[in-house]
Amino acid sequence: MKSLSEVDTTSKRASRAAGYSWGISEEIGKAIRSLELFGLPGIENLNLYLKKIKKNHPKKIIKIDKENKSNELCPIYCGVAFLDQCNLLEKLKIIKFNNVNYPLLILPFISKCSEILGKRILIQFNNTSFLVSFNKSILSKNIDTKICDLASEIRIEFLENKNSFSEQDWNELYKLSEETFVEETESLRSKGAGAGLTDND
Amino acid sequence: MSELNIKFRDPEEVMKLSRLGSFHQSKLSFLRSFIREFKDWDYKRNLFDLDKNGYGTAVYSFSKNKRNYSLVCFAQHIDENERSDRVIATKWDAAFVLHDGLPTKDDIDRLKDNVPKQEVGRVSYKELTLSRANRSVRAFDHVVNSLSQGKQPDKSLLNKVGYLYRTTAVYGSGKFGLADRFRIKDRKEIYGPFRLEMMLVYLVRQFTFDQVNHIAKSKDPEKAAQLDIKIARNLGIGNSTGLGMAPFIVNHPTLLHQWIYCREKALKDIRSIKEVNNNDLNIFKDCLYKSKVSINSWLTDSNYQNGKINSLKSDLIKFDKYLKKCSIKIKHLWNEIYNWSEKNLQEEGLEYIVSMMMEPYDDIIDPLVNKMSSEEDEYFTIPTHKKVSDLKKILENNYKSIIKINFEEKNSTANFWFISKNKEEPRIANRYEEAGAELEQPLAIARDIKKLYEKILIAKQSKTIGEFLLVNDDVRHVVRRAFIIDRFQYSEIQDNTIGASLVPIDMLRLKLSFFGAVKFDPRSDKWLRINMYQGAPLSHELKKSNDTWVYNVIN
Repeated sequence: MKSLSEVDTTSKRASRAAGYSWGISEEIGKAIRSLELFGLPGIENLNLYLKKIKKNHPKKIIKIDKENKSNELCPIYCGVAFLDQCNLLEKLKIIKFNNVNYPLLILPFISKCSEILGKRILIQFNNTSFLVSFNKSILSKNIDTKICDLASEIRIEFLENKNSFSEQDWNELYKLSEETFVEETESLRSKGAGAGLTDND
Repeated sequence: MSELNIKFRDPEEVMKLSRLGSFHQSKLSFLRSFIREFKDWDYKRNLFDLDKNGYGTAVYSFSKNKRNYSLVCFAQHIDENERSDRVIATKWDAAFVLHDGLPTKDDIDRLKDNVPKQEVGRVSYKELTLSRANRSVRAFDHVVNSLSQGKQPDKSLLNKVGYLYRTTAVYGSGKFGLADRFRIKDRKEIYGPFRLEMMLVYLVRQFTFDQVNHIAKSKDPEKAAQLDIKIARNLGIGNSTGLGMAPFIVNHPTLLHQWIYCREKALKDIRSIKEVNNNDLNIFKDCLYKSKVSINSWLTDSNYQNGKINSLKSDLIKFDKYLKKCSIKIKHLWNEIYNWSEKNLQEEGLEYIVSMMMEPYDDIIDPLVNKMSSEEDEYFTIPTHKKVSDLKKILENNYKSIIKINFEEKNSTANFWFISKNKEEPRIANRYEEAGAELEQPLAIARDIKKLYEKILIAKQSKTIGEFLLVNDDVRHVVRRAFIIDRFQYSEIQDNTIGASLVPIDMLRLKLSFFGAVKFDPRSDKWLRINMYQGAPLSHELKKSNDTWVYNVIN
């Protein structure tokens, strides 16, 4: 088994050899390490993508808007630019990229954004969705075991921090939790709290 | 502690390569902190299955509560022409791996197929560090022959060599399939850096003694003597170290900061002591006196190193005279001593005295030892919401001399760092004479910082760093570093690592001094030999050992 350190180093060097700057290659090393750590096929996707671009390096993305259309977008340049601008992009709520190669490769950058912003982010492409939570977990739905080499559209949605449960569920659970409390008698009220009777001194 | 306001030393002074290349071992060094941490662990030789020539398998372990670490050793025959202490060798007298736990027979069989192959073998997440070593033929054969005849070996020969085996690399942290650091980093006993590498080397040293005793006894069971304990104690493990170490200190800026910061914090706290007691002054004098005897055993053919040793020796003569005038009646005595040393001694001497000043102060040093690691990933993300003007200030405050270097001059860019294809090892070469500069590694930090600064000067200052990076990704690696140095002042070498006057072994010396190595013996400007654990307590003496073993008089 390859260690994550080997995954990081080899991904970084290969990316440099494929024409990315050292700074971007460092980001790629960490990103692939993160995908592999989450059990996603980072090495396989990167290998296929770097082979595709070895002779024809992709264009950089200069600006990210609400909708980003192009014939072909690089998941790495999109991911790094997204990461760098995430504080501003958050205000757009939903962002779309068209025609992104090997879209799984954008995932670790968005996952990192989730950590920076303290918000969950939902990523959807080709009937698959990924929920990234603060760079701590990636939940996926309908994940395809086949490598996806092109997503006609990637939809990225910043999710507001709100409860994932109903008020009724909470209240019922809270009521049960109260059964660990001791009913206060007059004596406990005067002796149990520790603080004085007046807070005006 | 003090009404003096002692400040941290300026990184512009401390982080120069000539200064870093003058550092010495100290109480903070990893060999010493390893022994302090593991002295109360149970040591055991679990397996010793060598044939009469000393070839076979051995296992040694340290245990405490339910935790075990085991060194698995494989010794084999190699021909004389196969023995090379360069990292490019492919066969070694012995190969070692530190296994997490006690190895099963299956583990040993698996490791036997892989560990002797080193870089071309594979180990697993159950293994922590990996190494190999060659015999010092003149010392090893002499010791075996002497012991087999019932005699102790010639001490003067052993003093010259200092070890029976010399390692050429100690690998850790995920290399060749070894466990990633994240799997073990929360274990309290290995909070100090390179603990497991230090453990491996320590146990290898014990193996070398057991092996010579075993071969000698096999040669003549009737007559053979055991290696005298005092002689064994004065033998360490040699190491040949090349350029592989140099990029490490550039590639791990927050870790480098923690090492230097802890040294500087210790110095600052010690200089701030108002009343120095007699006992503490005597510990300092005692260590200094004993260490001066050791310096006489630092032998090298290197003119560069002899110059440094001679400068140290003459400084210590000067210092002796000065010390006679010092008394505990002087308030802030350590600060006085430091100020005098800074004014009167050269870099070797000054840093030697700094190391010595730490010796009396367990209470200052011990808390620092566990702060010498770094969670590097926490500082990887660039704060891209900041402004270009913020970055400009950071560069001007933290790279004062670097941004003045003229990189238009050929001498400023004379060298380039690269990774060799045959061994995947870092190397350095002349940019204008050799091919391959287009594959340069990102280790020319000074040049790239200057390039970043020039770009920043003409960029719109109100832009965010995120916006700046959209069109300047060629300097992204140094933007990251600049934001790191803003928080970690000692994270960067304040020198040009590709200049014509670069002495690469200064970079090695910095790291090796933190390891606790002594007897620096440069064989060129690119590699050197050192000694580790010379004078250290033997395995059975660990529990009763004291921390000043490094100053034990060499007999």
